[in-house]
Amino acid sequence: MSGMIINDLVFVAVAGFTLLSALGMVLSRNIVHSALALILTFLGVAALFFNLGAGFLGLVQILVYAGAISVLIIFAIMLVMHSEPARTNLFNTSLGTHLAGAYIAALLTLSLSLAIWFSELPQIKGKTVEDAVGMLAQLFMGNYVIAFEAAAVLLLVSVVGAIILARGAKQS
Amino acid sequence: MGYLLLAPEMLLTVLGIVVLALGLILPQRGKKVTGAVAMIGTLGILVVVFWQFGYEAEFFQGVYGIDAYSHFFRVLFLSAALIIFAMAGNYLHLFSERQSEWYSLMLFATLGMIIMASSGDLITLYVGMELMTISFYILSAYLLDDGRSAEAGLKYLILGALSSAVMLFGISLIYASSGSTVFAVVYQTLQAQVVTQPVLIAGIILLIAGFAFKIALVPFHMWAPDIYQGAPTPVTAYLAVGSKAAAFAALLRILVTALPAAHYNWTMLLAILAAVTIITGNLIALAQRNVKRLLAYSSIAQAGYILVGLAASNVYGFKGVLFYAMLYVFSNIGAFAVATLVETQSGSSDFDAFSGLAKRAPMLAAIMTICMLSLAGIPPMAGFAGKFYLFSGAIQSGYLWLAFIGLIMSMVSVYYYLNVSRLMYIGKSSEQSVPVPAMARVALLVCLVGTLIIGIYPQPLSQFAEIAIQVLY
Repeated sequence: MSGMIINDLVFVAVAGFTLLSALGMVLSRNIVHSALALILTFLGVAALFFNLGAGFLGLVQILVYAGAISVLIIFAIMLVMHSEPARTNLFNTSLGTHLAGAYIAALLTLSLSLAIWFSELPQIKGKTVEDAVGMLAQLFMGNYVIAFEAAAVLLLVSVVGAIILARGAKQS
Repeated sequence: MGYLLLAPEMLLTVLGIVVLALGLILPQRGKKVTGAVAMIGTLGILVVVFWQFGYEAEFFQGVYGIDAYSHFFRVLFLSAALIIFAMAGNYLHLFSERQSEWYSLMLFATLGMIIMASSGDLITLYVGMELMTISFYILSAYLLDDGRSAEAGLKYLILGALSSAVMLFGISLIYASSGSTVFAVVYQTLQAQVVTQPVLIAGIILLIAGFAFKIALVPFHMWAPDIYQGAPTPVTAYLAVGSKAAAFAALLRILVTALPAAHYNWTMLLAILAAVTIITGNLIALAQRNVKRLLAYSSIAQAGYILVGLAASNVYGFKGVLFYAMLYVFSNIGAFAVATLVETQSGSSDFDAFSGLAKRAPMLAAIMTICMLSLAGIPPMAGFAGKFYLFSGAIQSGYLWLAFIGLIMSMVSVYYYLNVSRLMYIGKSSEQSVPVPAMARVALLVCLVGTLIIGIYPQPLSQFAEIAIQVLY
């Protein structure tokens, strides 16, 4: 029982950390700070994966997202930024939009949490798989091979698109 | 036939890569070949799909399934892509040296649509949808010189990412309450338990909201007019026809094969969405002064009509959804094809550019008028037969008020559709003629013949749709 409580405490702490850093990412006025908060968010998500017992996914999350992608983002910011970094994230300052946004966010959060709170979710006993990576690989190459291949095509599309859009109209 | 049934998907992937590679290898002057390769390839794949009719198979324990329903939508997407390739013609000069990439991105978007229509699992469906949407983000911003086009791409990217997040949340809630993402398993689990769980309802609402964004239903339609106007016209045509049909195909399959047990939770929701969409789309369209924007609002309204069939949730209504989605390909692309040709010649899609078109290009004006009458639902054009199926489905399910709103708003829509015709026939004309390349002529004829034949003799398409819809039950 006490193991349960500790697990819950860890979850609440990690989830709170992730949410706070995500908020920091959205609300920061300096785009570099946003990027740093984004890395913290990625780390928080990785911790959530670890907490769920999905060690491999957590590692991938750290390697790919917190590692590679955030470095890319920061490089991109460095290369593109011309002005002072202090005021790079633009904000809509009108109070009305803030209030409307806050209202809708609160409404969604409230109704969704109530919906989850009042439902009895079927408890599936967590199966501990010996070879989680092997199982993941089997899913990728087995039942989900079409999604896997489609994701490969999707990456090709986004690379082509990124090159086209980044080259711009002038050189063509 | 086994895995050979997946040949169209594989061939489409290969074709997309070949077209992309040809664009890189061939010298500047040889690049025109890539368009021909894309067209001939798409036609070939369409033939393969026809050849596969009647064969069915389920792959990967229900994660992917090829049946009459998939065949129907494969035909729809491939023919839409083919007609657009043919009609785009001279417009592509605006893309200068990026033409082969354009063809390849269009092919990959088609692949995403086909995967959406055939997948029997929420994750595969989602990946297919992202493939389609990400291709469209790039395609919308393809006129790099034009600020409007860049704005369209950026807007679509941001709002599309938001809607994907909403939809993923819905998927995760459905997974939480049923323990699976495979439609057949979700169906069985939900049969066995009480389906009034709030979390499941929340999941269904978020899922429908995600799709509603792709279909541009009111109140998720804000993105559509700006993006339809800003994107290159052939892309707009495909966005209006293909991306909508794909979202309808996937939504219909989910609702019928995975969530029929929660039936009472979603029909009323869809009926209200349909009514609001039809009213808003038609009323705002009345005030438009730009043909592309007019077609954007009209296509919002059209999506509302199709949704009537979904809300009816009986065989008649579902048949109407498929029937209408198919005739919409011909009627809507026909209208967009004329808009593309006029825009290529005059550089604008405002009403002024269409003024007196009947004197400059009588054939174009006639086709535009016929396509718009079909969209308005005037007999003997195809749109009438489609609306007949949709509204009678709604009446059979007891949604008399919904059919009534649909009928009244169809009458309202006649005004703005005919307004364009009035302008084309009695407006002041400049002397410039509108050149129509041979391929575009073929595309226009296909749209014209399709619109008329489906309207006069709807039986074959109606049977095709019925066979397709029976599979889901």
